[in-house]
Amino acid sequence: MPADLARASAGAVMAETLKLIFSHAFIIRALAAGALISLCAALLGVSLVLKRYSMIGDGLAHVAFGALSLALVTGAAPLAVSIPVVIAAAFGLLRLSENSRIKGDAAIALISSLALAAGIIAASLKKGMNIDVYSYMFGSILAVSPADVRLSALLAAAVLTLFILFYHKIFSVTFDEDFASAAGMGVRAYNSLLALLTAVTIVIGMRIMGTLLISSLIVFPAVSAMRVCRSFRSAAVTAAVISLVCFFCGVLVSFILSIPTGASIVVINAAAFAAAFVVGKFV
Amino acid sequence: MSAVSVKNVSIAYAGKRAVNGVSFELCGGDYLAIVGENGSGKSTLVRGIIGLLPLESGSVIFSGGKKETGYLPQQTKVRQDFPASVGEVVLSGRAACLGVSPFFSKEDKRIANLYMDRLGIAGFKGRPYSGLSGGEQRRVLLARAFCAARDLLVLDEPTAGLDSVIAAEFYRLLREFREYTRATVIMVSHDVDAAIANAGKILHIESGVKFFGTSEEYVASGLSEGFSGCRHG
Repeated sequence: MPADLARASAGAVMAETLKLIFSHAFIIRALAAGALISLCAALLGVSLVLKRYSMIGDGLAHVAFGALSLALVTGAAPLAVSIPVVIAAAFGLLRLSENSRIKGDAAIALISSLALAAGIIAASLKKGMNIDVYSYMFGSILAVSPADVRLSALLAAAVLTLFILFYHKIFSVTFDEDFASAAGMGVRAYNSLLALLTAVTIVIGMRIMGTLLISSLIVFPAVSAMRVCRSFRSAAVTAAVISLVCFFCGVLVSFILSIPTGASIVVINAAAFAAAFVVGKFV
Repeated sequence: MSAVSVKNVSIAYAGKRAVNGVSFELCGGDYLAIVGENGSGKSTLVRGIIGLLPLESGSVIFSGGKKETGYLPQQTKVRQDFPASVGEVVLSGRAACLGVSPFFSKEDKRIANLYMDRLGIAGFKGRPYSGLSGGEQRRVLLARAFCAARDLLVLDEPTAGLDSVIAAEFYRLLREFREYTRATVIMVSHDVDAAIANAGKILHIESGVKFFGTSEEYVASGLSEGFSGCRHG
């Protein structure tokens, strides 16, 4: 039966592909770090998107790019420079958004393009850096080091602990900051913690996803989950599941078709959002 | 021994001074209604008292430090597509008492269910908050405020958007709540008649204080008469 044969050989090709994927240490590293980052980004994303802070992720990614380029030029350790810079930027952007939403919105756009410009100028000053810059802009799974994997494991542990221990307070602060503040929950502390974890997620995640694409890891799973979920708990869990599934599918597609990983993950996430949008019409 | 002491408080809002030199004191268990025309600074004053707006000058002192307050905002900025069930929203009123425990106790759930029941929203528990009508959402937020109030309950226009049956039930519930908890209640109201009938003390503001005293004194002062034209409910 030709159809059976075709199916069997397709299965064999798939198995062969998966075997090939898992035979590379760098891919295992990328999968481990990427899955952990996807999980963190999705959970933090639910809170960020609902607080209308979606653009902060984008702004921070650009700041991270600027910081990484400067680190490369000066020969400093990339993470040691960019993590503190991005954390500082996260607090700054958070403060801006708290004070006035419209001004904050414009300020994020200004800061992110300024950081990108600084990064590009810095990169152009040093010859032979085009490859590195390209990989920071669009991501590269080759760039994931064992240190990145350890750092993402630590980050994921922190994010999961936060969400499990303080789930109800996170909900309360996300749903209505004024109420939470009046009730005596440390709203500012939660916002700061959220900014800190988001900053670290972005710096580590942009190695895989790229500067221009990392914010989609924060926004897409959250908005997809919001289409189909009617409670905060189910939205958080669904966003995490969507994010992980899309990450693995994206890596697989990128490997099979030889296309960039970050871009593949974004496209798969967009497809998931389209599906969630349609499903959301019927639930 | 006043529970809340507001001294010479001025608050600027949107570039202009909305509250000007307001002073008053409340004892524990007092029930104050703040009345005044639209734009007289009632909401701004209560937001300043509970620390949501910075004070331009003056001070607000709670005996025994910052109170755990159940607050019903006049308006909420909740997104239309926020995934939250009614049960989640009401229970979130208990979140401040959780400490480091990740789970609500039976007592927390009992209290949340009690208020949902009394405000006629128990049947909506699993429904999404965003799908409710304005009046129903108001009742959910009222239940949440009751859940959170241990020392102080601050309600900004609690009966706005409620029908008269529910509004009457709300006043009954508030009475029982006060008897049971001895919490201090501050309520902003358009409804001067209901304020006089229910609250022990009245603060009438027009940016500054026009009247502060008991509701009997307020009626005697004749100031409440000016409201007849714009009375709500």
